[in-house]
This record gives sequence, structure tokens and C-alpha cells, in this order.
Amino acid sequence: MGLETHLPEGILLTTVERAVGWSRAGSLWPATFGLACCAIEMMATGGAHYDLSRFGMEVFRASPRQADLMIVAGRLSQKMAPVLRNIYDQMADPKWVISMGVCASSGGMFNNYALVQGVDHIVPVDMYVPGCPPRPEMLLDGIIKLHEKIRREQFVERPRKGESMADFRRRTGWADDDTISIETPALTQLQTKEQVVGS
Amino acid sequence: MFNALRKGFGLTFKTMFRPTVTIRYPERKREPAPRFHGRHLLNRHPDGLEKCVGCELCAWACPADAIYVQGADNTPEARYSPGERYGIDYQINYLRCILCGLCIEACPTRALTMTQEYELSSDSREDLIYTKERLLAPLPAGATPLPHTDAAVAARGLEYYENNFAGQTTLAHLQDTYAGRAGRVEESGDPVAVAVDGGGTEPPVAGVDPVIGNAPERRPEGE
Repeated sequence: MGLETHLPEGILLTTVERAVGWSRAGSLWPATFGLACCAIEMMATGGAHYDLSRFGMEVFRASPRQADLMIVAGRLSQKMAPVLRNIYDQMADPKWVISMGVCASSGGMFNNYALVQGVDHIVPVDMYVPGCPPRPEMLLDGIIKLHEKIRREQFVERPRKGESMADFRRRTGWADDDTISIETPALTQLQTKEQVVGS
Repeated sequence: MFNALRKGFGLTFKTMFRPTVTIRYPERKREPAPRFHGRHLLNRHPDGLEKCVGCELCAWACPADAIYVQGADNTPEARYSPGERYGIDYQINYLRCILCGLCIEACPTRALTMTQEYELSSDSREDLIYTKERLLAPLPAGATPLPHTDAAVAARGLEYYENNFAGQTTLAHLQDTYAGRAGRVEESGDPVAVAVDGGGTEPPVAGVDPVIGNAPERRPEGE
């Protein structure tokens, strides 16, 4: 990140990208962030039966400085929200967030004043894992899908395979000199030729 | 000290020869319990008609407000379910659904059931709102795509429910029941009350709603 902007175009953008993605996905260290009952299932995922260390993730870091992944396990109360954001900000880039369980993803069945209706109000979420709580397999499924996403991650946003430029612009909000925005006048402002000449 | 070391490493050494308990998840999957609550499935009758009659009881039972149902009337030309109505739109938000199964208990036609499938993770919120196309069971072998006409459904002569259903000719062994009910319409002069009668033997009492009994009035909307 940052290096590719100083090098000539096209050097660091394919093979190195794939190698970096592979190594990032291979040792994704999660931060300990259990908020409620989902944390029990998260701990079970780290236990012997499901064994997160098969994916290089056995070290649940107590310090956010050494973590790459935040698994938000459980409902997030309004009071806890600034703490969550603080921990997320303390994590070093690149970092990812898994929203584990329906409470973290959308508030779930607790649609009330005390809870944040989805952690994506607070931090950007990369993977939603539904379930109440999700069984360890569901979390592992989310983690594996996130690994796949990290492996395909790009340094610089560019069109994916088979993606048209229009779709790419819509996805990234990217614009260049070719992008022309045409301001259409409102219908009420349109005047006939006679009106223009007459005035 | 030496004894403690021997004991500790001895346990480690012994554990090496114990059977492994780890389930290698993505390659090998543990079978969920027989009544595991996985994602939902909207079932069909053997001839392809949908079981859902659009009654919205599942949406009312849902503690998380995850289900959205929009009902619509079946017409003689376009029939989607054996009932009077069918679910024209059906959505379940898996970011809200807690997979508790109360909707399954509420469903009067067993249209909604749960599968063993649990791999639902996604990185987009829109993807996790399952629409009717994704929830509906595939068309059974030999069935033609919906909608069917009433004539075609009646020609099959299948018995969908214990009672009649809108648009089907009466079944032979229930002919007497229907004949008796038709007679009562003329006697009481209140065809509406008979139409909502669940098939009981007593004639409906005038002035009493057969469904809610002597309840004075319905609660106002929005309460």
C-alpha cells in the first residue's frame, strides 16, 4: 500500500498481489472481542473440535495492535460502540471485520434503543455470519469465505475479470476524464424556440 | 522438579497417541441433529402448486420481524396454491432471523419448513435477504411450471386439505358435507358466516362471529 504508486504501472499489480493475498489470508490473527453468547461459539471454534489453528488463526490476540481481524461476536450496546470503534482504530492496517451472529449484523431480535442495529454503523464489515448464535461451522464458513476474499484483494481497485467499465465505476465510484456528467435541465426550465426568441 | 517435568511431558507424549477429535470442517462435515434449524424452505404440493397460502402467520409469529409476506388472490385462470390466496412475495432477512422455528410452528399448511443447510455467510446485506425464488423448493419431477388453471387442477383430483379449497370441485367422499353446508346457507341467509366456518357440525349462530366467538370487537389497528 503506497509502494505501487511510486513504481511504473503494472509491475507490482499481479503476481506480488497474489503472493501478498495468500500470505495475508494464511495468518489472519483475530482480536479477542466477545460481546455476548456468540463468543462462546467463537471460543468453541478455537477449540479442539473445530481448531482454528488449521487456518493459521489460533492466536486470539489480546492486544489490537497485533491483530488483523476483529470478530464482533454478540450484540453491540450503544455504550460499547465507542469502545469497539476505538479498538478497531488501534488495529494496524490491513484489517478486516467479521460480524458474527444476527445481533452484530443487524440487531437481530433486539430492535430497541439499547443496541446498535448492526455494527456496520460503527465499523466497515467484510463478512456477515448469520445465526443465533452461529454454530462453529457457520463461523468457519464465514472465515473461509473471508480468506477467499482476502486472497483476491487488490492493491489498487481495477475492473475485475469480466466486469464492464460501467459496473466498475458503479462499484468503486471511480471517475476519470472520460466520465462526463450531463446535467439535464428540469422539464419546467425547458423553453420552446419561440419563447426564447420572443424574450 | 524432575518428577514434575516427567509427568507434564509424559502427558503430552501420551496425548500424541490419542485419537484426533478435530473435524476437518470444509472437507468433512459433521451431520447436524435431525431437527436442526437451518435455512428455510417453501414447500410445494406434489403437482407443483405452492403450499403457502399467504396468510402471514409466520410473519406475525416471528420475534425478530425477519419475514415479509405479501398475499394475493388466486384466480381461476392463474392458480398458484390450492388455497384462496398465495404468497406473491416472500422474503426472509437472514440478518434478523434467529432460526428459532416459531414460523414453522405457526404455518398452518406446513408450507414453511427448515433445512439442514447452514452455510449462509455473505459479504453483502442484500444477498442475505432471501427472496421467494431462493426459498421456494424446486419444481417436483413431472410438474408443469406455475400458474395452473383451475380446470387443470380439478382434473388432477388431488386432495390437498381435509376441507374444500377455492375453485376445486367437491370430492366424492365429502359430497354430503358440502351438500349439508349449502342447505344451511339458505336457512340462515348469512352466506358470509358459512364461508368462514371451519367445517363444524353446528350451524352458525346469528350475530356471533364463528371465528372469534363472542369477542366484543377487534383491537384497533396498530396496537
